[in-house]
Amino acid sequence: MSTGAAEFESLLRQALAPVEPPADLVVRLERTLVSLTELAQDELDSWELSAMRDPRNWVRPAAAAVVGVSAGTALVALRVRGRHRSRRQQSSGLLDLVGQTVRDAADEAGRILRRG
Amino acid sequence: MLEQQPRDKTELDARFAELYRTHLRDVYSYSYYRVGNHHDAEDLTEQTFLQAYRHFERALRESNGRPLRPWLIRIAHNLAANFYRDRSRKREAAIEDAGMVSAPHTTESLVEGREELATILAAVQELPDDRREALIMRFALGMDNREIARALGRSDGATKVLLHRAIRQLEGMVSDTSGSIREG
Repeated sequence: MSTGAAEFESLLRQALAPVEPPADLVVRLERTLVSLTELAQDELDSWELSAMRDPRNWVRPAAAAVVGVSAGTALVALRVRGRHRSRRQQSSGLLDLVGQTVRDAADEAGRILRRG
Repeated sequence: MLEQQPRDKTELDARFAELYRTHLRDVYSYSYYRVGNHHDAEDLTEQTFLQAYRHFERALRESNGRPLRPWLIRIAHNLAANFYRDRSRKREAAIEDAGMVSAPHTTESLVEGREELATILAAVQELPDDRREALIMRFALGMDNREIARALGRSDGATKVLLHRAIRQLEGMVSDTSGSIREG
């Protein structure tokens, strides 16, 4: 390799230096991964009838019941929860939001089951 | 050397945790240079590990003991492609703050104020996708030809040629830009 080429590659290596992930991503991601295997069971174990009064709590146990105790369940909850904000912006009222959330959970569970 | 398959779920999870710890920075670096901003890079990194977790057992089984980094980066690569397709986004013209690459947790100490590196970084973003990716894998992640070949689904020979052409093209682009600046 010529000196010029080596020098250019050295500059390229500096320009494309590895990027450290932000600390909050590390914390969030580790929490998510740790919960993956436990979330579905927790959703069902901690289920209390009183929570049913608040429609915002419907989706997670519903998703857990549909998919069962698996990593897939955690993904359902994560993805459905992740889309909560956009559903809230799109919905015209609380009932509409609940309807959209339940449909979203069912769709996500179906997708994961189909991928199996 | 063939690694033993995990005996149970606990061991499988432990192996995944090790993969995560070892390659989080790789996945994040790849994502960042691919999408050009930290917000989307975080999303992409998170999705990559979630998807990797789902398919980890099979990947271990099929890897025959080979390193899993190319498999992980390939997941990020596919997700990044979907990211642009689904959101109908164009690739950002340059890395966030390309003028100085002022990301708070990255390379600013190296790059800040160094016009030459900023020019190179901006030129990397203008390369065709496959060349840009090969360069990111080689220089940001330190992957060798074989690993890059596996991540991109190409032969070792084709990858070597791809890298060579990417570097030469980039060198030409940087040289042109520097020439224009001098003339301007």
